[in-house]
Amino acid sequence: MQTTWAYISNNLIYSAMAVFSLSFLAHAFETAFAVRTPANADLTDGNLMVKTLDFKRTQRAARIATALMGLGFVLLLGGVIARGLASGYVPWSNMYEFSITGALAFTAAYLAALRKYDLRWLGLFISFGVLLTLGTAVTLLYRDSAPLVPALQSPWLVIHVVAAIISGGVFLLANIVAGGFLYLDYRESRGGRPLWLQRVPSLDVLDQLSYRLVAFVFPLWTFSVIAGAIWAEAAWGRYWGWDPKETWAFITWVAYAAYLHARVTVGWRGRRAAWLCIFAGSTFLFNYVYVNVWGTGKHTYSGL
Amino acid sequence: MSQQMQLPELGVIGLARYLWRQLTSMRTALILLLLMGIAAIPGSLIPQRLTNPIAVREFYISDPDTARLYDRFYLFDVFGSPWFSAIYILLFISLIGCVLPRTVEHFKAMRAQPPATPKNLERMEHHQGFAKNSDALTLAEAWFKKNRFRIRNEGTSISAEKGFIRESGNLLFHLSLILILIGVGFGSLFGMRGEAIINVGERFINVATSYDTLAFGRLSNEKKLQGFEIKLDRFEAEYNTITGAPKEYSAFVTVVEDGISTKRVIQVNEPLTFGNTRVYLQANGYSPVVTVRDAAGNVALQGPVPFLPQDGNLRSIGAIKVPDAEPQLGFVASFLPTQDRVAGEAATSLFPELLDPKMLFAIWKGDLGLDSGVPQSIYRIDTEKLERIGLGSIVPGETYSYPEGSITLETVVPWVNLQMVEDPGKQYALIGGIFAIAGLLASLYGKRRRIWVRVVGEKVEIAGLSKNDAPGLDIEIAEIVKTIKGEK
Repeated sequence: MQTTWAYISNNLIYSAMAVFSLSFLAHAFETAFAVRTPANADLTDGNLMVKTLDFKRTQRAARIATALMGLGFVLLLGGVIARGLASGYVPWSNMYEFSITGALAFTAAYLAALRKYDLRWLGLFISFGVLLTLGTAVTLLYRDSAPLVPALQSPWLVIHVVAAIISGGVFLLANIVAGGFLYLDYRESRGGRPLWLQRVPSLDVLDQLSYRLVAFVFPLWTFSVIAGAIWAEAAWGRYWGWDPKETWAFITWVAYAAYLHARVTVGWRGRRAAWLCIFAGSTFLFNYVYVNVWGTGKHTYSGL
Repeated sequence: MSQQMQLPELGVIGLARYLWRQLTSMRTALILLLLMGIAAIPGSLIPQRLTNPIAVREFYISDPDTARLYDRFYLFDVFGSPWFSAIYILLFISLIGCVLPRTVEHFKAMRAQPPATPKNLERMEHHQGFAKNSDALTLAEAWFKKNRFRIRNEGTSISAEKGFIRESGNLLFHLSLILILIGVGFGSLFGMRGEAIINVGERFINVATSYDTLAFGRLSNEKKLQGFEIKLDRFEAEYNTITGAPKEYSAFVTVVEDGISTKRVIQVNEPLTFGNTRVYLQANGYSPVVTVRDAAGNVALQGPVPFLPQDGNLRSIGAIKVPDAEPQLGFVASFLPTQDRVAGEAATSLFPELLDPKMLFAIWKGDLGLDSGVPQSIYRIDTEKLERIGLGSIVPGETYSYPEGSITLETVVPWVNLQMVEDPGKQYALIGGIFAIAGLLASLYGKRRRIWVRVVGEKVEIAGLSKNDAPGLDIEIAEIVKTIKGEK
């Protein structure tokens, strides 16, 4: 019975990947062919404004891309749930399971935001990111579904890991936005942004957005660390022991604390703030990849 | 005028004040914060004595020169090193120096009236003017009161202010960090941590001599150990039949506290609690129960000997030391709960349960060195000064004989490693953590803003100002305008 669910989960994940690939293609098509310069546009250098461009041409492709994204989300949700049924518990005990759940949370956040804001310019990057995550998960990180080891059998698994996955997703999103800021800033300082990036909001908006994302999720990350400490006290007999995972969680926390202080108290904006944001986000990514794959310590279970 | 630049004479107090200002400045705090993050990095890349003493020992063996260099800079003890301590102590001094004066200021500001309405409201954000058609100030005051603004009524104008929760939260957050540090310090001064291996059937009495390892905080001692006894009745481990991965560990115990005896179960996420002391199930393994006899048949050693697991299938190594034999004997042994019969003597275990157990050993003769005073591992024997006299293997019930005597494997019992921890500071750290999150939420989502309403003749003027560019002020002002105009 359990293996059947694991088998169903694998098939759903593969189907989701296929659908996300199609969504990626549709987004790519939309991005590549969306912009048409009307005949009466003012084409003087540096004067090519968003308002003189026409994005209507590929609206159907855009709608298809979003629909496929929704379908991919449903398949992925089914895959994660089936994986949970296979192990008899929440499927969050190794990197493969973190990755598929993370991809699911990432897609969910994008689709939820899409209902309120026109974020379709992000779709190409989101579908690519999700594909990359799932691809790494099924090729490099895959582990057979297994019941939880005793150390993980605790309600804190749900609380601590949910908080960590959501925080991680939003930190990475803030990183993407900060990276986009730096690239556009570079392009704009050398004449202007390329046509296909005309729809991306202004530098000020990106700058604010990455800050808002971090400010929104920093308390949740703090909570995740504290929930982890409470769990560690129950499972390992100490709430803090400088285990490599804990050390890097602390480094990430300190880096984002520095980022928030730099913005709110010292008034950093723009390039410097974006670099600090990316540095802080990299410490999170490093924690996820390095400590799980090459690290030692108490946070490594069942291989990965 | 002299050519040389004249530096003002600072004096000792002046210099101290200058250093204090530098230390408590935001820029210094920010640098210290980043420095603390960076300083923690080597602590995760280089093995630490605190978390992985075996890796440190291996590092010393494989590359002693680098290891000695690392040790000079405390790189194996990063989190207890003087330089790491220096950073966080400076950071916390800086934090206290920053937060305490601000707390005083904040209290004063909370009790003071909002500042007077500025003369030129046109210069402020969201400025609007419209014709007066009602008692504008009364209506505005009612709205401010309903929305819990602090109000200063100046007759022809009202100055209102809200959002002190932002600074309150900010201060609460930073004070909570200090509380967490106090909790950590309190725990390490008054705490206790020890471990003991107990075989099934054995009793643990909470006194210092029962422990295999025991460490007290600087201001604690063995007189503070709580009085309790734990008898290990039974240990159950459940494994996945395909992968051999553990599913559940349960230690069934009888606890005696204040003369009252109760049956309890200790599991991995469910420690026992005695006042401030908690008892954790940390590890488990097997103890072969052996009887060693001399050539005349007299018993030289009898009882369970804990073996140390080496892998997930509980292949274990151990040392059976017989100091009472003449000459002294030592068995360097491995134990397989389920032997791999295909691999034969290649000593691998196929499953962690006792399905087909077997013990393999080498017998050594000579001085075990137990009287030399040098501490020894209970799992290992230093064979340098010993002479090997035989190799053998037995299953439960079997006896192996050699010229100096015989060894019998009677049975095999599980052992558990219990960890006893006392941390009287952890409650403070937890309260600090909860307050820190509450403060963080208030400081990140609180919005400090001021709104002014003034009546000049037959005209009403309104304007506002928000700190930190917090959004939403325009909506609030639109609401007041509606209220004053009587549209709502």
